[in-house]
Amino acid sequence: MNRLLPLIAFVLLAALLFVGVRMNSGKDTSAIPSPLIGKPAPALALPELPLPESRIAIDALRGRAYVLNVWGSWCVSCRVEHPVITELAGSGALVVGYNYKDAPEDASRWLAQYGNPFALVVQDADGQAALDWGIYGAPETFVIDAEGIVRFKHIGPLTPEIVQDKIRPLLEDAP
Amino acid sequence: MRTLLVLLALLFGQTAVALEPVDYRSPAEEQRFKALTAELRCVMCQNQSIADSNAPIAHDLRREVLTLMREGRSDDQIKQYLVERYTDFVLYEPPMRGGNWLLWVGPFLILLAGGIAVAGIIRRKQPAAAAPAADNEEW
Repeated sequence: MNRLLPLIAFVLLAALLFVGVRMNSGKDTSAIPSPLIGKPAPALALPELPLPESRIAIDALRGRAYVLNVWGSWCVSCRVEHPVITELAGSGALVVGYNYKDAPEDASRWLAQYGNPFALVVQDADGQAALDWGIYGAPETFVIDAEGIVRFKHIGPLTPEIVQDKIRPLLEDAP
Repeated sequence: MRTLLVLLALLFGQTAVALEPVDYRSPAEEQRFKALTAELRCVMCQNQSIADSNAPIAHDLRREVLTLMREGRSDDQIKQYLVERYTDFVLYEPPMRGGNWLLWVGPFLILLAGGIAVAGIIRRKQPAAAAPAADNEEW
């Protein structure tokens, strides 16, 4: 028995490390879970980016479920997820753009170049209001339900799988 | 030698000017600000404190911390403010709650287990040490 003790200790330690590695594999460990989930969304008291095709006003968001997508013209991953956002918006979802740390003219040019999927874009030029949302980079995406409660947050570019599995059910949930 | 000096100057000069200067109102404020921001973890570059980091979000958080300090909030209130937005993640010393108790007591449990094992080995060896050449010792 005593002879086996070091072996047992080693196996236990190896098992512990293995479990630790497995728990973290495939998970983005740099993504911080949002403490806002299940809580009322902070106010969107921000200026709108003037765009020819802004479809709704900020006040009109009340009582509607929407997707809030944090992006900037400087953000490379935002271009990667742009087709996914466009498809989501095209299928009838209300997608609001949160233009983060950007110059209005750069933002407008970016939207003109790649297409504008957003029903409305709010501007947070210095990133001050973003602190209330727990935003710390772009892209980030929130889902807010019709009662104004934050239901979901994703950090990093959206994929069609995330839209299908996480975002669409939430939007269909609340008519 | 000169190249080395230039390299060193470039390396450290860069980090010294990387963070924006702050107009402190008093040495006490400076000291408090530096101590507080060193305890807060940057959410973007998670192995740096917001005092060290040059990430844009760290810059915003430093500015926010200074604003809150000048509004007269205590260190705990400022930490609470950030925890509400970014979770315990921002604290380098998160409080013991949720599932993290094992992380806090784990090292002491392992130390205790090791101590018990060592004590056991020593106790078992003592009679053998009195007798010469204990060939039947397992260890």
